[in-house]
Amino acid sequence: MINSFFNWWVIVITLVNIFACYWLIKWTMKSRPDESAAGEATGHTWDGLQELNNPLPKWWLWLFYFTIIFSLAYLVIYPGLGNFKGTLGWTSHNQYDGEVQESDKKYGPIFAAFAAKSIPELSQDAEALKAGERLYSNYCAQCHGADARGNTGFPNLSDNDWLWGGQPEQIKATIMNGRNGVMPSWAAPLGEQGVENVANYVQSLSGRDVDAASAEAGKAQFNTLCVACHGLDGKGNQALGAPNLTDNIWLHGGSAGRIKKTIAGGKNGVMPAHSEFLGNDKSHLLAAYIYSLSN
Amino acid sequence: METYNYKVVRQFAIMTVVWGIVGMTVGVFIAAELIWPQLSLDLPWLAYGRLRALHTNAVIFAFGGSALFATSYYVVQKTCHTRLFSNGLAAFTFWGWTLVILLAAISLPLGITSSKEYAELEWPIDILITVVWVAYAIVFFGTIMKRKVSHIYVANWFFGAFILTIAVLHLVNSAAMPVTLTKSYSAYHGAIDAMVQWWYGHNAVGFFLTAGFLGMMYYFVPKVSQRPVYSYRLSVVHFWALISTYMWAGPHHLHYTALPDWTQSLGMVFSLILLAPSWGGMINGIMTLSGAWHKLRTDPILKFLIVSLSFYGMSTFEGPMMAIKSVNALSHYTDWTVGHVHSGALGWVALVSIGSIYALIPWVFNKEGMYSEKLINTHFWIATVGVVLYITAMWISGVMQGLMWRAVNSDGTLTYSFIESLEATYPFYFVRLLGGLLFLTGMFIMAFNVYKTVAGSTVTDEEVAQPAH
Repeated sequence: MINSFFNWWVIVITLVNIFACYWLIKWTMKSRPDESAAGEATGHTWDGLQELNNPLPKWWLWLFYFTIIFSLAYLVIYPGLGNFKGTLGWTSHNQYDGEVQESDKKYGPIFAAFAAKSIPELSQDAEALKAGERLYSNYCAQCHGADARGNTGFPNLSDNDWLWGGQPEQIKATIMNGRNGVMPSWAAPLGEQGVENVANYVQSLSGRDVDAASAEAGKAQFNTLCVACHGLDGKGNQALGAPNLTDNIWLHGGSAGRIKKTIAGGKNGVMPAHSEFLGNDKSHLLAAYIYSLSN
Repeated sequence: METYNYKVVRQFAIMTVVWGIVGMTVGVFIAAELIWPQLSLDLPWLAYGRLRALHTNAVIFAFGGSALFATSYYVVQKTCHTRLFSNGLAAFTFWGWTLVILLAAISLPLGITSSKEYAELEWPIDILITVVWVAYAIVFFGTIMKRKVSHIYVANWFFGAFILTIAVLHLVNSAAMPVTLTKSYSAYHGAIDAMVQWWYGHNAVGFFLTAGFLGMMYYFVPKVSQRPVYSYRLSVVHFWALISTYMWAGPHHLHYTALPDWTQSLGMVFSLILLAPSWGGMINGIMTLSGAWHKLRTDPILKFLIVSLSFYGMSTFEGPMMAIKSVNALSHYTDWTVGHVHSGALGWVALVSIGSIYALIPWVFNKEGMYSEKLINTHFWIATVGVVLYITAMWISGVMQGLMWRAVNSDGTLTYSFIESLEATYPFYFVRLLGGLLFLTGMFIMAFNVYKTVAGSTVTDEEVAQPAH
C-alpha cells in the first residue's frame, strides 16, 4: 500500500499520460488553415531536407487506439492504478498460492503413497528411486554433484562415510532440518609449529608417512584440543558432525596444505533446511534415494 | 566566411569504427568463453563476469556513443545552418569521452564496478561522464539557439531528447555514497534500487539506443535517398508519444519479482502503448523511400539504413510482446532476452550507425565517396547474415530453455535439471559465436575501407550554407 498522496499521484499521471496520447493524435490530425495540401511538402527546408504533409496511416492509428483501449481495460481488471485492486482482485501472491495448492492437490497423493512406506523399503523400489532421483537432481545436485560424489566442502553421499549418521531417519533429519558443522580456528592456541605438528599427527591417523617427531608432538596437542569432537581415536562424532579423521576421506581436502589450512582457519559447513518447501513426504522419498546410494 | 566544425565530427566518426571493433571483439571473446570457459586462463581480468560489462559499455557507450556524437554534431550544424556553438567544448567532449572509455577499459577488467547493469562505472568516472555530458548539452543546445532557420528539424528533437534524458537518468541512477576512490554504495536499497536501475536501464534503451539513433535516421535516410521525410504529422505524434511512454516501461524487467504488482502492471501496459509510437519511426523512415525504391538495389548505404529500420520494427514489436507478463514468464532469464537485445543492438543500432558513417566519412573528409562501394555491399551482406544467425540462435535456445525449465513429470517434479538445459544450449552458442564473428569481420572490412578513403586526404572545412528561406 502506498500513502494517499502517492496513490493519487500514480493514478493521475498514469491516466493523464494515456489520455494525452489520444489527445496528441487528435490534435495532430486537425487540419489547419495555413497548411499545405496532403502529400505536399510542408514548406520548411533544412540543408535541402523537406517534410511531406502526409496523414497518419489508418492501420497504424487503429493499432495505437487498440493498445490504449487494451491498457485502460487492463488497468480496470488488474492492479495498476495506485492502491486500486482491480475488479478481479488478482495479486501475484494469491496466484502463487493457488498454483501451489493446485499442484499439492494433484501431486501430493503420489508422494503421500511413497511416504507411507519405510525408507529401507523405498530404497528397493525402482519407481520410488526414479522419482527420488528427479528430486535429487533439482534440489541436491548443485552442491553434492549430479553423481552424488560431492566436492571439496560438500560431502560425498554415495560412500558409506557419514558425518551426521547414515541411518534412514538421520538422513531424513539432515534433509529436513539442515546441519551446521562448526570447527573453530586453532591458529592462535596452536601457533604455526603447533598447526604443523597437529596436521602431521592427523595424517598419521590414516597411515600416512609423516615426520614422526612432529606427529608425536602433535598428538599431545590433539589429545587436549581436538579430542572433544574428533574423539581419542580420531574417529569423529556423528552427534556433532565431527568427521572421522582415520579413513583417508577428506571433506575439505586431504593435502598437507589443505589440512593445515583447515586446522588453522576452522570451518563452518552449512547444509540448509528443506522442510519448509519440500515438506515431509518429499524429504522422506529423497532420504530413501540417498540411502539407496550406499545400501 | 564561417565554416562548419568538421574536426570533431571526423574524430568521432573514426573512433566509431575503432571502438566498434574493440567492443565487438570483446563480445566475440566472451561468446567463445561460454563454450570454452578455459579461455579465461583462470585470470580474473579475463573472467566472463568482468568482460561482459566491458563489452556492453564498449559497444553501447564507446561505439554507439561515438556514432551519436559524430552524427549529432554534423546534423545539428547542417540543419541549423550554423557552426557548432563552441569549438573548445566540442573538443573537450571528444577527449573527455575518450578518457571515460579508457578508464572503463582499465577499471572493469580489474573488477571495479558499481554492479549496476549498463552503469557499472564507479563514481569518479561517473562524475567525469556528467561533466562531459553537460559540455555536450551546451554545445548541442547552444548550436540550436544560434540556428539560422526558424523551425527545428525533427532529427534535432530526437537528439535533444536523448541528451537531456540521459543526463537525468545518469544522475539519478548513479547516485551513490563513495567509501573509497574505487568503491561506492548505491543511494537506494532493495526493490527500490532494482526499480531505479531498470527505470535507468530501459530508458537507456529508449533514449540512448532509440531516440538518439532515430535522430540519426531522420537525417541520413532522407539525405541519402534524396527524398522528403514521409510525414511531418507522424513525426510529431511518434516523438511525443515515444518519449512520454518510454519513461514507464522499466518495470517490465522486474516481472514476478518483489516489485509491487501495480508497478509491474503499469510497466506492462505502457510497454504495449509504446508499440505504435515506436513503429511511427519505422514507418516514417521506410515510407520516405516511396518513389525511390529502385535506389535500394544500387546503393549499399541505403540497404544498411533500410534494413536497420526493419530490425528496429521487429525489435520494437518483440519488446512489447515480451513485456506481457505471461510471455515474460517464459522468456525472462533465458537467451531470448539476449537475442532480443542483439536484434536491436546489431540489427538496428549498429546497422544504422554503419550506414550513416559510410555516408558521413566522404562528406567530412572532402571525398567523392567511399574507397570501395563493393566492399560496403560485402559488409552489408556479411553483417546481415551475422545478425540473423545470432538472433535466430538465441530465439531458439531461449524458447527451449524456457520450456525446459517449466517442463514437469507426471509426479510434478521438474523434468530437467538446470545443467541439462545448459548442455542443450551449446549448439546455439556455436551458432551465436559464428554470427558474432561474421559481424566483427564486417567491421574489419569497414575499417579497411575507411582507411583507404581517408588516408592522405587533405581536409578543409565546408562553408556554412545559407538557409533556403
